[in-house]
Amino acid sequence: MLTFTIRRLLLAIPTLLAISFIIFAILDLSPGDPTSQIPLTVPPEVREHIRTSLGLDEPFIVRYLLWLKQFFINEPLNILEEWTGYTFGDGDRLRISSWATRSPVVDLIVERLPQTLWVVGMSYVVGALIAIPIGVISAYKQYSWFDQVGTFVSMIGFSVPTFFTGLLLIVIFAVNLQWLPSIYDTTLRVTDWSSFVAQIKQMIMPTMVLALYNASQISRFMRASMLDNLNQDYVRTARAKGMKEKTVVLVHVLRNSLIPVVTVIALGVPQVFGGAIITEQIFKVNGLGQLLIIGIQGADIPLVQTLTFIFAVLIVLFNLVADILYGVLDPRIRYD
Amino acid sequence: MLDAATESAPLVRIQGLSKHFPIHAGLIRRQVGVISAVDRLTFDIRRGETLGLVGESGCGKSTAGRTILRLYEATEGAIIFDGTDIAGLSGEQLRRMRPRMQMIFQDPQACLNPRMTVGQIIAEPLDEHGSLSRADKRARVEELLDAVGMNKGFANRYPHEFSGGQRQRIGIARALALDPDFIVCDEPIAALDVSIQAQVVNLLEDLQERLGLTYLFISHDLSMVRHIADRVAVMYLGKMAELASRDALYHEPLHPYTRALLSAVPVADPKIEATRKRVILQGDVPSPANPPKGCRFCTRCPIAVDKCQWEVPEWREARPGHFVACHLAE
Repeated sequence: MLTFTIRRLLLAIPTLLAISFIIFAILDLSPGDPTSQIPLTVPPEVREHIRTSLGLDEPFIVRYLLWLKQFFINEPLNILEEWTGYTFGDGDRLRISSWATRSPVVDLIVERLPQTLWVVGMSYVVGALIAIPIGVISAYKQYSWFDQVGTFVSMIGFSVPTFFTGLLLIVIFAVNLQWLPSIYDTTLRVTDWSSFVAQIKQMIMPTMVLALYNASQISRFMRASMLDNLNQDYVRTARAKGMKEKTVVLVHVLRNSLIPVVTVIALGVPQVFGGAIITEQIFKVNGLGQLLIIGIQGADIPLVQTLTFIFAVLIVLFNLVADILYGVLDPRIRYD
Repeated sequence: MLDAATESAPLVRIQGLSKHFPIHAGLIRRQVGVISAVDRLTFDIRRGETLGLVGESGCGKSTAGRTILRLYEATEGAIIFDGTDIAGLSGEQLRRMRPRMQMIFQDPQACLNPRMTVGQIIAEPLDEHGSLSRADKRARVEELLDAVGMNKGFANRYPHEFSGGQRQRIGIARALALDPDFIVCDEPIAALDVSIQAQVVNLLEDLQERLGLTYLFISHDLSMVRHIADRVAVMYLGKMAELASRDALYHEPLHPYTRALLSAVPVADPKIEATRKRVILQGDVPSPANPPKGCRFCTRCPIAVDKCQWEVPEWREARPGHFVACHLAE
């Protein structure tokens, strides 16, 4: 398993380099321009000067290599310096900075990450926790009313976009009933019970919107996987052994059915970090999704490039995690 | 062995056993019909004997075996196992009967839980139905592995690490764990190499002798059934066609379907093989969702008469111990 992991990590290096090049090329070829937001009254020479100061007059390949150096050498060294307190070299390195805010991109990400992890991450956890029992019962009682209702609800959750469910929830719970706030307040600090309740309240709606979507996906996987296993001979064997029905379903069937579901869940984790662009916009959660959309609107190439690349790294990483989980959970799979 | 078995009461009595699977179709999945996979079977399985159950694919052999063990809910009929009708039992009462009747499956890979070690698979029913100490359980698992000719050290391995024949031995050890009286062998050798088939069949025979087991041996391999069975039952399209002692059935088959089946078995002697006359059946097996009204075999029977089309032949004892369902059998 260890050699497999190391081999996969080594293989990930060329993959990620290729991805970073493609992202950079796409962003460079796209029509946006960082100076387009500046008022038209600004004369063309000044505009040109701004472009030069951003390094846009350099050839494509130079800019790409510079970004690589900043991302893979300068930023990690900088993080290391902050953690350890040592200074490497002269400590004066060019960091990747956002064109729009002039602040280092990594700092922006660190600032935004907690909100995204709380809201989107929680929705993922809640979604999985709802989905697994629903999938199990749906499969065990296939075509029962529970299964029919479950299928119907997950079809809705799957096909109705989050901007619709989000607005619907806002209309019902924030506007009409006035139970929950429609805007997520990032400045809220959880210090006592009442602020904790306020935090829970503002998290409910964005979390539920995303949880519905995640749960409908995962519950379908869970149901299909359970159905695959329920008709297997080993389940019949377990019944023939005279095991209790609970043992048959929860020990024999569920454990085997969870193997593919756990890997699907692992593969979905990068989405959590990616944030939910639309849901974060609706509820004004200033997370990573919102950061990305602002960056795209302002043609803030370093920001978009860095964020997208971090997502790519996470996707590659969690693919590996899913494969390793498979090997751990299923004794039939051996990588060495 | 057969003589001794004849005298005592049968271990399993099947009376009018049917298993129908509903067919659902349409928008609201209304039940539009049934597949009568097993239709009104009546026969006995004597203590200590091996009853062979043969028939072509899809004739309901496996369904019959599973229904007898109550792995399926019987639609109607009685399954009297050692004096108790288990067709009506449910839940806990049924579970308490499970240790006495076990099953060996066709696919030795699929019937073992891939995430449990061989030791766990064999020991699981011991936990459920017995109260053995850890050491006793360990000893029992090793004893069982030994009984099926496997190394004791294999208990900690997973099923996928074994060959098909070894897995089938594990399946047999698993079935034996609770000292059953009755084992349904559902095509236990069909998925194995010919060289391994003989080993497994010999093992089954050997265990029968040592432990006094009763087998229902489901197979489509007529030569193997001839080798292992004391009596043989032939099924066609969910119904019993003929049941007789092995020799009577193989030498004097009364049902035209049995005759056709037996004529298809190749003979190892080339002289006889050259003169062997095959009864070739025309057409396909009708759908069990819409079986023929009279005798189920009438659409393909070479000797069918008018009566066969509309009157279901009665299951009768044509000769002592020789049952047949055919109007024309004398």
